[in-house]
Amino acid sequence: MDESAEVTAPGTAVGRRLFLGLLGLGALGVVFGAKVQDVLERTVGPYIAKDGTGISALLPIGRFRIYTVTGELPHKAKTDYTLSVRGLVDTPYELSYAELLALPATELDKDFQCVTGWRVLDVQWKGVLLSDLLDRAGVQPEATALQFTSFDGVYTESLTLDQARRSDVIVAYKLEGDDISDAHGGPVRLYVAPMYGYKSIKWLDGIELTKQVRPGYWEELGYDVDAWIGKSNGRDDEPV
Amino acid sequence: MVETTNRSEAPILRFGPVERGLHWVNAVLFFVLMLTGAILYVGPLSALVGRRELIRNLHVYAGIVLPLPVLLAVIGRHGARLRRDFAALNRFAPGEARWFRARTRGSVRLGKFNPGQKLNAVFIAAAGIVMLATGSIMKWFSLFPIDWRTGATFVHDWFALGIWLAVIGHVVFAYKDPVALGGMVRGSVSAAWARRERPRWYEAEIDAGATGAVPHDSGESDAPR
Repeated sequence: MDESAEVTAPGTAVGRRLFLGLLGLGALGVVFGAKVQDVLERTVGPYIAKDGTGISALLPIGRFRIYTVTGELPHKAKTDYTLSVRGLVDTPYELSYAELLALPATELDKDFQCVTGWRVLDVQWKGVLLSDLLDRAGVQPEATALQFTSFDGVYTESLTLDQARRSDVIVAYKLEGDDISDAHGGPVRLYVAPMYGYKSIKWLDGIELTKQVRPGYWEELGYDVDAWIGKSNGRDDEPV
Repeated sequence: MVETTNRSEAPILRFGPVERGLHWVNAVLFFVLMLTGAILYVGPLSALVGRRELIRNLHVYAGIVLPLPVLLAVIGRHGARLRRDFAALNRFAPGEARWFRARTRGSVRLGKFNPGQKLNAVFIAAAGIVMLATGSIMKWFSLFPIDWRTGATFVHDWFALGIWLAVIGHVVFAYKDPVALGGMVRGSVSAAWARRERPRWYEAEIDAGATGAVPHDSGESDAPR
């Protein structure tokens, strides 16, 4: 065959060098990519946000990944929306979207970190402290945990009462200054700042006080119930 | 284009059944990976399709399977042609880099592959391994520190972008050169094409085959794909 012409042809093994170079680049990217990503997000991110075409938003810089657990994107109009607080409480109640917005608001400027690795820095969240919503209902002594439900009918989540009382856990209705879109879990979702993204249930429509923790959708699939960033799901690192 | 078919030369075998089989199995796997990857990555597509668990599993299993065809194809006696191709893809002949410049392209006498094809093949091979490694970190994330997970996602995303560009380019070039594409579909190319586009390869094939060389994939089965 062409053994003489190709295999033993004089020439340089450009392919092997490029191949090894790319593997090295990949390895470096795994180790240092988080830092590079942060720098890119701070420097290039603002320009991407301004690009009207939306094409540059496809670049892997500071992007949310849209997770849905059901077949279609859940949607609920703000006018049809109600949030119910029930279970082991003195006075169960329901709030409309307008009533929720009328409550004292809390703003958080914090990162969103997915357990699988992607993260978005300095996301502006606005909503109502979960703790305030609990106080309105009057939590009964035997309640130790909360179960959250989503109007997608499938997604559930949980928190312990202590976790739910933190000052960085809110029932959010604004994301980066805008109403929360269907894709991001609007009109109302949970935002649990110190935990991985799956705890921040999307399309929130129910909060039930329970005797004990009922593991949520992702937790049934094997994720940790106490999802502290950097201190759960396998590792005990510095929090980001 | 005027093909100089003065002698009615037999077509020349360019890719044997193993090579073609591998190529098209890979093509299907890449198609699945790129499509499911896009659904997982592009927000509006994710929202449109939903069912993240299912799409993710399709993506992960197609990825895990990806190394198998190439490993099976490259080993043993049946992998001889493929191994020769790999060797040819690896090496740049002296002066071959001039091919990248339109002005000096005509002066380069090419072997079996042009330098662009070589770079594409090397990139896809390396990217495949990088995607497998970073994808594994994302899949079995609990074994790795959080910064590595973020780094793996970062690398996976950027290499995915590179793969999309490389594959789109690959398909466009194939579409623009039906004879070359035919070589990967049916196995053989016309002698005129080989002489014009890949003269060094053509000469080596003719020398090796002596008498008209491999009329049509000789003994090997050559079912149209």
